[in-house]
Amino acid sequence: MTDQALRSKAFDQAIAEDVLIGSRCLVCGNISVPQRQICPNCHSDQVERIQVNGIGTLATFTVIYVPPTSMADAGYNAKNPYCVGIVALQEGPRISAQIVGLDLSDPATIKIGMPLKQTFVVRGEGESAKKFLAFEPA
Amino acid sequence: MAKKLSRGVAVVGVGMSKFGVFPEKTSRDLFVEAFQELRQSVQKGFDPKDIEAFYMGNFTSDCFENQAHLAPIMASWVGISPVESTRIEDACASGGVALRQGVLAIASGEVDVVLVGGLEKMTDLPGAKVTDALALAADSLFEIPAGFTFPGFYAAMATAYLDQYKADPDALLRVGIKNHKNGGLNEKAQFNQSIKDVMISKQRKAAQKGLPIPEWADEMAFLKDPKANPMIAWPLRLFDCSPVSDGAAAVLLVSEEMAAKFTDEPIFVVGSGQASDGALAERASLSEIPAAAKASRRAYEMAGLTPDDIDFAEVHDCFTIAEIMATEDLGFFPRGEGWKAAMQGQTAHDGSHPINTSGGLKSKGHPVGASGVGQVVEVWKQMHGLAGERQLCGNLRHALTHNVGGTGQTCVVHIFEKRN
Repeated sequence: MTDQALRSKAFDQAIAEDVLIGSRCLVCGNISVPQRQICPNCHSDQVERIQVNGIGTLATFTVIYVPPTSMADAGYNAKNPYCVGIVALQEGPRISAQIVGLDLSDPATIKIGMPLKQTFVVRGEGESAKKFLAFEPA
Repeated sequence: MAKKLSRGVAVVGVGMSKFGVFPEKTSRDLFVEAFQELRQSVQKGFDPKDIEAFYMGNFTSDCFENQAHLAPIMASWVGISPVESTRIEDACASGGVALRQGVLAIASGEVDVVLVGGLEKMTDLPGAKVTDALALAADSLFEIPAGFTFPGFYAAMATAYLDQYKADPDALLRVGIKNHKNGGLNEKAQFNQSIKDVMISKQRKAAQKGLPIPEWADEMAFLKDPKANPMIAWPLRLFDCSPVSDGAAAVLLVSEEMAAKFTDEPIFVVGSGQASDGALAERASLSEIPAAAKASRRAYEMAGLTPDDIDFAEVHDCFTIAEIMATEDLGFFPRGEGWKAAMQGQTAHDGSHPINTSGGLKSKGHPVGASGVGQVVEVWKQMHGLAGERQLCGNLRHALTHNVGGTGQTCVVHIFEKRN
């Protein structure tokens, strides 16, 4: 099932509509987020697109003080750092995302395992504005 | 079981430029320096016309120098055209993978004499553009949009590691202190300075400018001072990160049966392994680099050796946490014990498992495509008693090099043996 619903760009297209998608293998049941056209567990191409519920826990994180150009353009710098993490979703897979809504004054107070839920952030302005997946404390 | 090489492969000469910041030089100048030093290092000399294939590791001269298709240019520049010349791109593992391709080409029987190069000229771009260029090694669809940088990826691995093993974060600083101490004894190192030397030079600079002279109780106090050592990506600070560097390295490989024509003191490549992985978030564990463990297992099996047989190793310490994870991935210490080994000095020059006697990427510098080839230069120097003040004691029979691309999407490991 390599139709449009599973193509690489489908993920961002779903994010634009506030939806987090993945895929489920119809043969072995393995779930992938982002979606895959070939099941990485059993190599079957009998794969369906699913919506995941966007609930998870913090698997690891960092707080970035020296941002790449894209995040600097979004207003982040050493005095206004941001948190990025890897989130373990309730369905099993992990995904990288910005973590918002945290007090970043002492990163040591942020705890691995804390419950999170999906949210969406817009970076950029005007025509270059784009929506991104993020997570916030649940 | 990993197969043995179909025939033996020997290293018969090495060379490298100094690693550092060289605004007046292009990658051509740096590679010529490495090649000329290599020529000097071949005991019985060699004619560049004998070279039958050239593999060159380079990450992105496209971004750094606005130049793609670099291998034939470098071949021409060192006078070996029309030898087949191939650029290998596997991010920061490009050099190690170029070495492996050279080894496999000789083992296949197709060629007998191979030049392996590694090269990166990074410092012409402003810092933010360098960060963006390095970020090309990550997943541009599903990692970069999250806001990750390379220090950020390794910081996230450090967070996972420190949490999982309840490790003391001071272990990270200890790695930096150790590698700067080693690099202080390496004239080719970008930071040819111990952390103590860095502290003294900062105090001198302050005095020259008439500013208040900063005081630190010791190296740890210096590294914990946010003014001297600012946070880049928590918990990694500036001195946890390898620098942005220019540099080149070169190695001459020949078939085992031809080695005596070049030198009476070859070193042999007895193990080679490579593995790949997906994005960081896809991995079962975030406190290790699975592809490094897999690549090393293949290299050990090919060599018929175990981690206990390795006398010293050059590992890919792009960040301090990377060295701690590497010492576990390579089997030198059990999982969760690498940080203790770093704290206790077991990886120091005089420790049970000397790691990065060259200063590592951290202090020697990290011109990314050159790093994996530069590691072999240190193996050669140590095994031939040419390492000067940083020379290890004893009969060094086996050494290992470990080169990582990205967050561990590519890992390549080689094992070297000295027989006489």
